[in-house]
Amino acid sequence: MNGLLKGVYQYRHFIASSIRNELVNQFARSRLGGLWLVIHPLVMVAIYAFVLSAVLSAKFDGIDNDYAYAIYLTSGILAWTLFNDTLSRCLNLFVGNGDLLKKMRVPKVTLPLIAAGTVLANNLLLFATIILIFAFLGHPPTLVVLWMPLITGVLVLFALGLGLVIGVLNVFFRDLSQLVPIVLQFLFWFTPIVYPIVIIPDNMRHLLMFNPMYPLVSAYHDVLAYQRSPDLFSLGVIGLAGGLLLILGLWLVRKANAEMVDLL
Amino acid sequence: MNVLEVHRLTKCFREFNSEWKRVASWFGFSVKPLAVSTVINDVTFQVKAGEAVGVVGQNGAGKSSLLKLITGTLQPNSGSVTVNGRIAAILELGMGFNPELTGRQNVYHAASIMGFGAADVDEVIADLEAFAEVGHYFDEPVRTYSSGMQVRVAFAVATAWRPEILIVDEALSVGDSYFQHKSFNRIREFQSQGTTLLIVSHDRASIQALCDRALLLEKGSVIKDGPPEEVMDFYNALIAEKENSTVEVKALDGGKVQTSSGTGEARIEEIALYNSKSELADYIAVGEDVELRIKVKVHKPITSLVLGYCIKDRLGQVMYGTNTWHSQQIIENPEVGSEHQFVIAFPANLGVGSYSVVTALHARESHIDANYEWRDLALVFNVVNINKMQFQGCNWMEPKITV
Repeated sequence: MNGLLKGVYQYRHFIASSIRNELVNQFARSRLGGLWLVIHPLVMVAIYAFVLSAVLSAKFDGIDNDYAYAIYLTSGILAWTLFNDTLSRCLNLFVGNGDLLKKMRVPKVTLPLIAAGTVLANNLLLFATIILIFAFLGHPPTLVVLWMPLITGVLVLFALGLGLVIGVLNVFFRDLSQLVPIVLQFLFWFTPIVYPIVIIPDNMRHLLMFNPMYPLVSAYHDVLAYQRSPDLFSLGVIGLAGGLLLILGLWLVRKANAEMVDLL
Repeated sequence: MNVLEVHRLTKCFREFNSEWKRVASWFGFSVKPLAVSTVINDVTFQVKAGEAVGVVGQNGAGKSSLLKLITGTLQPNSGSVTVNGRIAAILELGMGFNPELTGRQNVYHAASIMGFGAADVDEVIADLEAFAEVGHYFDEPVRTYSSGMQVRVAFAVATAWRPEILIVDEALSVGDSYFQHKSFNRIREFQSQGTTLLIVSHDRASIQALCDRALLLEKGSVIKDGPPEEVMDFYNALIAEKENSTVEVKALDGGKVQTSSGTGEARIEEIALYNSKSELADYIAVGEDVELRIKVKVHKPITSLVLGYCIKDRLGQVMYGTNTWHSQQIIENPEVGSEHQFVIAFPANLGVGSYSVVTALHARESHIDANYEWRDLALVFNVVNINKMQFQGCNWMEPKITV
């Protein structure tokens, strides 16, 4: 554990520089640059809103706004984008950085930190845009928005923990890089993001208990759409799970350390 | 003081019929791998501060793996590497350069991989830019660089701070000759300030010019550790080694070691150097016309016989060498038992010093195809300056100076 922190401290310049480079790279040579990061999720929102709002708009009692569905949808998409991006990056964390790991001596723990830093920076941009749009739609943020750092932190912790485990295993089982996106697709549709929870039949609803994304997305809904405090108990459970996964992930990194580079 | 200690280092790659077994092995289950290939096998050596060590060996002997274990990109299965100080490697020049970023930005990033922050780079960036000599390109994206420019910038970052250990892997042959000289000078400079060099190369000349010691790796083990000339001779013999051929090492007077190898179909019976008065000579004068007389006996049927020789200086650098294939004096189908006398007359236009003669008997252009006998240090002689003006260097180029 001590060596872990020492490695991170020694390579702090590398972490900072890598995050900066990744962000700069997004802007390089394309006119809209980093704006594409915002455009993609917002277009997704626009499409779902256009296609489904007529069907679903009646179901939102808690939000007093004409654009209730769009606001609900956007809040969920913000959470999903963060989870999806973190996990996708972690999936290729070691495989994608194979050249670097083979040729340079870089502590492996720096890589998830770089991934998290980049994803968080991008997500912050998306978050700021969304807050602006909400205000424009007559749904300005209230003080409950102060819960956001905590919720975001729990989400990233969980995604990073899971991602690290998957990232290590992906070095040895390359099928994961195909499998994980499919599972993510299922998870997306199995989480109430596009639709409200009420449309799930009562006898099926308990299945959501097994979906770790449900409490996280719900917390985003609570804070951003319904503007109320999130359920701290379920967040705590996910946070704990995330912490355990992270420990497992770091442990796997340590165990796999000797052989990982051999197979990259 | 030792800057590098490698102790009983072993690295193997494990292969499993299912990767699940590999994962199970991390959890402490004892699973048998399908195959284990050992790339580094029980290697132990120490390197002192300021030493220059050449690492040689055939392809696949484990040179790169050893270096990766030393730099820490590969992890050993057992044994240890202890490094006192910072290691810099000129292995993959330009590795990790981001094509969209400018040379300057890449320098900051590359330095961060080496553990240096922006403030550290700020201190050296002016010198670094001057050293790289890429002009205004320094602030252009790296994708617009030629490969030579990329190497210049990469070398400049890699050597911006003097490391305790510098690893050089054939990189000296990159870039144009002007920059090669420049980078070579910097490496020498570091060495004189106490940096230890680890040099991997197939190039005999650069190993012998730079190193004071060499390690020969073969199948993951260090099979020879000693003065570069001796190790390179042994390496050379090893390359030429074929079935039924032998490598023989003989200690000569004065601590030198003669290595001979070959399949033995033909052997040198006698070798001697005669001066301009046709007397046997150990000492000859600069510019003197001398004769190298070599008697060869054929022991087994062969289709052709070529004699090659070269003259090397004290450090093992080749001064001159050729063979009877190039002079088109191949002896076709020599009879078994026949003896052949070769007389090689030449002016000894060499600088003052001690020289050795290497001989080789083979079938064709080089000793790679068939090597009857290869003998290093077959003869040693000295050149002294008797009647020429004072000069320096390894050869006599008579000047006409007008003022």
